[in-house]
Amino acid sequence: MIRFENVTKVYDQQARPALDAVNLEIDRGEFAFLVGASGSGKSTFLRLVLKEDRASSGAVYVAGQNVAKISSWRVPRLRRGIGVVFQDFRLLPQKNVFANVAFAMQVIGKSRSVIRDTVPEVLKTVGLEGKENRLPHELSGGEQQRVAIARAVVNRPGILLADEPTGNLDPTTSMGIMGVLDKINQNGTTVVMATHDDDIVNEMRKRVVELRNGVVIRDEAKALYTSMIPVVGQSRRLKDASDWEELPPASPEGHGDGAGEEQR
Amino acid sequence: MRLAFILGEIGSGLRRNVTMVVSVILVTFVSLTFVGAAGMLQLQINQMKGYWYDKVQVAIFLCSDGSTAAGCATGPVTPEQQDNLQSLLESPAVAQYINDFQFESKEEAYKHFKDQFSNSPIVDSVTPDQLPASFRINMKDPEKYQIISETFASQPGVETVIDQRQLLERLFSAMNAASLVAVSIAGVMIVCAILLIATTIRLSAFSRRRETGIMRLVGASKTVIQLPFILEGVIAAVIGAALASGTLWAVAHFFLGEYLSKQYPDTAFISPGQTLILAPALLILGGSLAGISSLLTLRRYLRV
Repeated sequence: MIRFENVTKVYDQQARPALDAVNLEIDRGEFAFLVGASGSGKSTFLRLVLKEDRASSGAVYVAGQNVAKISSWRVPRLRRGIGVVFQDFRLLPQKNVFANVAFAMQVIGKSRSVIRDTVPEVLKTVGLEGKENRLPHELSGGEQQRVAIARAVVNRPGILLADEPTGNLDPTTSMGIMGVLDKINQNGTTVVMATHDDDIVNEMRKRVVELRNGVVIRDEAKALYTSMIPVVGQSRRLKDASDWEELPPASPEGHGDGAGEEQR
Repeated sequence: MRLAFILGEIGSGLRRNVTMVVSVILVTFVSLTFVGAAGMLQLQINQMKGYWYDKVQVAIFLCSDGSTAAGCATGPVTPEQQDNLQSLLESPAVAQYINDFQFESKEEAYKHFKDQFSNSPIVDSVTPDQLPASFRINMKDPEKYQIISETFASQPGVETVIDQRQLLERLFSAMNAASLVAVSIAGVMIVCAILLIATTIRLSAFSRRRETGIMRLVGASKTVIQLPFILEGVIAAVIGAALASGTLWAVAHFFLGEYLSKQYPDTAFISPGQTLILAPALLILGGSLAGISSLLTLRRYLRV
């Protein structure tokens, strides 16, 4: 579904690349976590999938298409096949829950009757039935994120990208959101989720891709947030001052503290 | 659905930005009024030129019933006098200076008069008898007017010889200068209008960046995202152009029609209806200026 072939992304010629020769394939229907410190290249990865940015070299394939070869007027079609959820929800404050979700269908020209049928169904999937007429500020954070998820999947995209969707939520609420994402994944949508939340990753036991300084340093199925396998190149990481909070811990518990700092 | 959606977006955009939209309307209104004023002056010049202006330079008016000139002591021009004048015009001494000439009978004079003064009340009180017949002469060199004047002024049956151009040219040059001034002011105002439209669209795009961001993400097409903004500018400018057209019509109707044409009954003025031919031009000019400037602004400030 998503394939990166030797992808490098350079924002600034002087600095190190945001992504450095990344090779990665995520299959249809998979659920993958993208973990790593801030600046490790997670967001760049998501932006490249959406064709918000162009890869400096290498090729990005989404649903079998090389995104570099998609002409600008067909980019909307690419994006219709991808739903996106953010840490800050990005709901429209003046519109109620129903209108927020319907908005995603209106702007791509879906008919009123299709919208009337589809939106309640999707709201039910994310567990928001009965709250159609609430405004975003009348909802809890978790409920707002559910609305955002409903909006992202209402057009039935093949891929759902989630950029730290639980970053603003407490652990219990986060688990609820993960349940929703898991349900969407069960329905056949490929889900890629960038996160710092070690509890969630450990709980879900899905594929984990770890990025560090733009390089994939780990790609494990049914994995934990921190690797049980010693990571190669640790001595290099020690010298990198920008990564000091990520100093390799002696044990997984030690790393847990590091992640705690991250959430501060 | 998409149309309804776009219309809804335009409505909310116009509501959110009322003050800016009003200023766009006013600025396009003023600038296009100046453009229209220049156009009206040109229409007025054409009206005053009448039938003969572009074709001939000199007119020899023949005596008619009411003529009081010295050469008309014998009464209206006789057919013999008229033949004499025609053969004089055809004689080599005169013919070398003129390209050609035409005779305008009283009836033709009446017809041309009616055309030129169609908007003036004077047309009802004039009969063909009151208008003189004339020879209209197209000179090889308009500067040689004196030769024709000297040859014909004293001929029997000639009331007067007139160099039409000299009479009107001074007035026309003043009117042309005025339309140039109007166009220059219009130019400055149009630049203002374009910049103001650009700023308005920028503000509008900024205040709706949340919506457009989401539209982008869910794969709305460029048209759906940009069209509401462009139409917002175009609608404001078209309203301004409509106001300008209305103003020009009012000027032609109340100032020219009701006031000036009574003060100067012997001058041909344009009718209010004639100013309406300027309206489509103003509407198209306003709309396209707004459309182009919004499009260029959006390219910079609204990523799609």
